[in-house]
Amino acid sequence: MSMEIPYTVEARPDTGLTNGKIGIWLFLASEVMLFGALFASYVMLRVGNAHWPPGATYLNIPLATLNTVILISSSVTMVLAWASLARHDFAKFRVFMGITILCGFGFLTVKYFEYSAKFHHELFPATNTFLAIYFTLTGLHGLHVIGGMAVNGYLWGPGSKLWKTDPVHFTNRVENAGLFWHLVDLVWIFLFPILYLL
Amino acid sequence: MSDSHESKPASHAGHSAEEIDRHVRAAYYVFGSLLMLTGFTVGAYFLHLPKHLAITLALAIAVTKGTLVACWFMHLVSERKLIFWMLALTAVLFVPLLLLPTLTVADHIHLR
Repeated sequence: MSMEIPYTVEARPDTGLTNGKIGIWLFLASEVMLFGALFASYVMLRVGNAHWPPGATYLNIPLATLNTVILISSSVTMVLAWASLARHDFAKFRVFMGITILCGFGFLTVKYFEYSAKFHHELFPATNTFLAIYFTLTGLHGLHVIGGMAVNGYLWGPGSKLWKTDPVHFTNRVENAGLFWHLVDLVWIFLFPILYLL
Repeated sequence: MSDSHESKPASHAGHSAEEIDRHVRAAYYVFGSLLMLTGFTVGAYFLHLPKHLAITLALAIAVTKGTLVACWFMHLVSERKLIFWMLALTAVLFVPLLLLPTLTVADHIHLR
């Protein structure tokens, strides 16, 4: 007996949305609360600390700016990947999704160099409060980048078989993966100024 | 795998061809705006503005960038009401989450 998940292609009559779309937005709402709690911790630590160091004391602004540009670019290619599927152009989808995944690798590579430089100078989370919250926030964000890349990689590779049998369902999956990827971009948009520039 | 599917769905996954073209055009405009605003944020840092002004400006630019991403990349401009209700509930819970820990810092106890 097959147990198919209902409303993955057509919208539910009562909500006007597919179940996948509602599911991903509920998940994103929980993500907002997760990062919100850490942002609140940052504010509390900063307000309660008489000598909060400027981000540039420890952090590399040009590298972080480069990472901002990389993530913004990846968000655009993610939109183009979804739009390619909606236009029934699978080849272009693979190109744009591939670029999105490469941007993710680029972001993590830059982050690797940033982290390496800190560790080389013996700057660890335990060194001070600023570095503790810096590593916590950027580390959690980095894990989200890895998670997003895993999903995007699946959709680019083995998961794309669904395109042959159910193209609308596959397009909806890519749209939902895109929503998560844009949230990762959104979180970085706030992390960049509060950690590096203020 | 073929580049295009044999039986193309008429609905373009729920979006008309014009809607998709509009989304793509908007994505390019938003991309340009986000790059420009990133430039402003970094540029403002090198102006060495007073602390409160620098914080206000950086957060205002971040909120603007976030709004662009949410509205256009995440398609909130054309999303259903139910999503907005979910986001409204998140916002209602998010504001106290941000404020409560900060208020505890402001709650000083004066010992006589």
